[in-house]
Amino acid sequence: MKKLSARRRHPLAALVVLLIALAATGGLYATFAPTGKAQAEETSQSLAVEEGQKIFRVGCASCHGTGGQGSSDGPSLVGVGAAAVDFQVSTGRMPLQQQGVQAPKKPNIYTQKEIDQLAAYVASLGPGPAVPEESQYDPAGGDVARGGDLFRTNCAQCHNFTGKGGALTDGKYAPNIDGVDPKHMYEAMQTGPQNMPSFPDKLLTTTDKQDIIAYLDEVGGDEAESPGGFSLGGLGPVSEGLFAWVFGLGALVVLTIWITARSAKARKS
Amino acid sequence: MSTTTTHTRRNPPSRGERIADWTDARLGLHGAGRKNIRKIFPDHWSFLLGEIAMYTFLIVLLTGVYLTLFFKPSMAEMTYHGSYAPMNGVMMTEAYASTLDISFDVRGGLLVRQIHHWSALIFIAAMATHMMRVFFTGAFRKPREVNWLFGFTLLVLGCVAGFTGYSLPDDLLSGTGVRFMEGATLATPVIGTYLAFFLWGGEFPGTDIIPRFFAVHVLLVPGIMLGLFLIHLILIFYHKHTQFAGAGKTNDNVVGAPFMPVYVAKAGGFFFLVFGVVTLLAGMFTINPVWDLGPYRPDLVSTGAQPDWYMGWTEGLIRFMPGWEWVIPGGYTINFGVFIPLMIVGVVPTVMVAYPFFESWVTGDRREHHILDRPRNVPTRTGFGVAWLTWVFVLLMAGGNDLWATHFHLSIEAITWFVRIAFFVAPVLAFWITRRICLGLQRRDREKVLHGRETGIIKRLPHGEFIEVHEPLPQEQMHVLTSHDQHTPLELGPTVDDNGVVRKQSPVEKLRVKLSQGYYGEAGQIPKPTRHEYEEITSGHGHH
Repeated sequence: MKKLSARRRHPLAALVVLLIALAATGGLYATFAPTGKAQAEETSQSLAVEEGQKIFRVGCASCHGTGGQGSSDGPSLVGVGAAAVDFQVSTGRMPLQQQGVQAPKKPNIYTQKEIDQLAAYVASLGPGPAVPEESQYDPAGGDVARGGDLFRTNCAQCHNFTGKGGALTDGKYAPNIDGVDPKHMYEAMQTGPQNMPSFPDKLLTTTDKQDIIAYLDEVGGDEAESPGGFSLGGLGPVSEGLFAWVFGLGALVVLTIWITARSAKARKS
Repeated sequence: MSTTTTHTRRNPPSRGERIADWTDARLGLHGAGRKNIRKIFPDHWSFLLGEIAMYTFLIVLLTGVYLTLFFKPSMAEMTYHGSYAPMNGVMMTEAYASTLDISFDVRGGLLVRQIHHWSALIFIAAMATHMMRVFFTGAFRKPREVNWLFGFTLLVLGCVAGFTGYSLPDDLLSGTGVRFMEGATLATPVIGTYLAFFLWGGEFPGTDIIPRFFAVHVLLVPGIMLGLFLIHLILIFYHKHTQFAGAGKTNDNVVGAPFMPVYVAKAGGFFFLVFGVVTLLAGMFTINPVWDLGPYRPDLVSTGAQPDWYMGWTEGLIRFMPGWEWVIPGGYTINFGVFIPLMIVGVVPTVMVAYPFFESWVTGDRREHHILDRPRNVPTRTGFGVAWLTWVFVLLMAGGNDLWATHFHLSIEAITWFVRIAFFVAPVLAFWITRRICLGLQRRDREKVLHGRETGIIKRLPHGEFIEVHEPLPQEQMHVLTSHDQHTPLELGPTVDDNGVVRKQSPVEKLRVKLSQGYYGEAGQIPKPTRHEYEEITSGHGHH
């Protein structure tokens, strides 16, 4: 005891006490807290929900609440459905890196299995849209021309003609859709993540969604063709104007300098 | 030697001679040719900016002719079943469908379309830079003020031609531009609605606007432009080209290469270089991919809808202007959100037209000028020019605010507020900074003339002192640095004349003197070294 009391005024003493207190609280909580009532049925579904709940507590509960009921930092997840979880987590938007106007896309740190478990847990909180089947979002099954029409009617206001993205108010934005997984496009339309409105099946039917996906695949997918050459970002006249000034007029001015490099001098007389 | 040659010559005139005689007798080519073929053109890269504009204009004309062979200026609706599959079965106008056909079915159509459009963008950019060159070097001064007006008109008409051409394909982007123009027309107080109905032939969009724009785009505007362009060139021949100060170059001569053959060879070669660069751009880089944009429908709009760059400043004015509006008695709405930008769009050309006359009025300079100013030697004018460019850049920034927001992760509101403030503040700052820089450069020129160039060589003198060796400038460079005129500012004169009678001074006269002081007063220029100063310094010891 003498050793301890001798160091009680050490600068780090407060920190050590804090750590001990935290460890004790956590330990006591872990020991005495009521464990989730394990249901009798040991089906794979309930297993997934249970595993999902564990992942949820680690990565999501700090904002969405331990039961997904939401808090001042994050909305309730009751009824958002598995599709929302699959979209938000597999595009890396959730868990959130920091609070801000909008969750940016970032590398996903979960495996698909973990995401499915998480989705199963959130889906168990209340009924919501399920993760779509591949036959629903496969671009090969859609009508490109009709999709383009639907895209220009419903989406281009924010996402630009070919889904290259655009600005919204207060630093929010509609992201570039180039190279987004068709499954995620479908889920985004279904659930309306971040600032996007949702387009449930009553608004855009499964066929409509598939047509839009087919259109986006045609103009921005991996095998999209650009008949006119490099597309300069597909952002329209602003990037074209900048390019014309810098590389068009720029190149020509360099040529003028070259042409006039040898200039006539006055004859000495 | 003249008497014997013509009458007593034995050989009959050669074939070439006969052709020359025939044409000369009928067209008077010899007289005109002798005068103009030997016309001298000075060499400087900036004198070719106008040539870039000329050549891109020709390219636009040539490619435009090809496009008119296939374009259908009709707003009749049809269902597309052409070779571009992603549009199969979509309802569109014939104008849009024929643009798709030009892009995908006409041989070389897409390349020619892209050459036409890239060339148009570069044409107007070249006109703008050419105008900057003329402005900053004072080439608009007497006797060239009228040619400045012709050039200015060409720039305005170029924008009109560009805007109407941009609107022709009737795609979702260009239709939004036409809608923008309709909004601006409607914002004209009281008569706006009538005016819009007159231009569009009824409700927007109607079926008239594309055929009307087509007539303006392919006939009216290019016809006027071609005429003005020829007058512009004739006046250049008549006035002779300006030149920068240099050895042997005076206000009364032109030093350079003769029009034939040197200048023509260079200029002709440059035409092909310009054509090559534009074709290379068009072959490699997409411009206005109308097939991606979809046909115009008045109920649709996309984000990222901007005009081509030369109209970007008008877009900017609209984007940052607060949406104020009043309803005046009688039920008319005055839409200030659009009407005030519209007024500014009207003021801009007025200022550009007036500047040469404004400057000669302020400075009281009525002489002819054929030697160009170096921009630093006229700090106030240069300041105005840079302020003007800054202002345009601020407006372009407002016009592309959404792309600034997404690409630099900014809030669009923050950009809007920045632009609202910068619209007033940035030109003033730019003017002040530019003037300071110009004055600094003038001081540096003065130093260089008086003390020579700093060589960077450090010499130790026998008594231990270190000095940097200054090398006197060559005579030629010294001439360049000192040949400019330095004007004396106007003075207000005595308020009482010799007989003690009070002389009236109008406020206009006072303003003029004040402006003149700003241009050429103590704060407006650094006195250039005099012969006396130079001799005093160089005659004594090598340094001081």
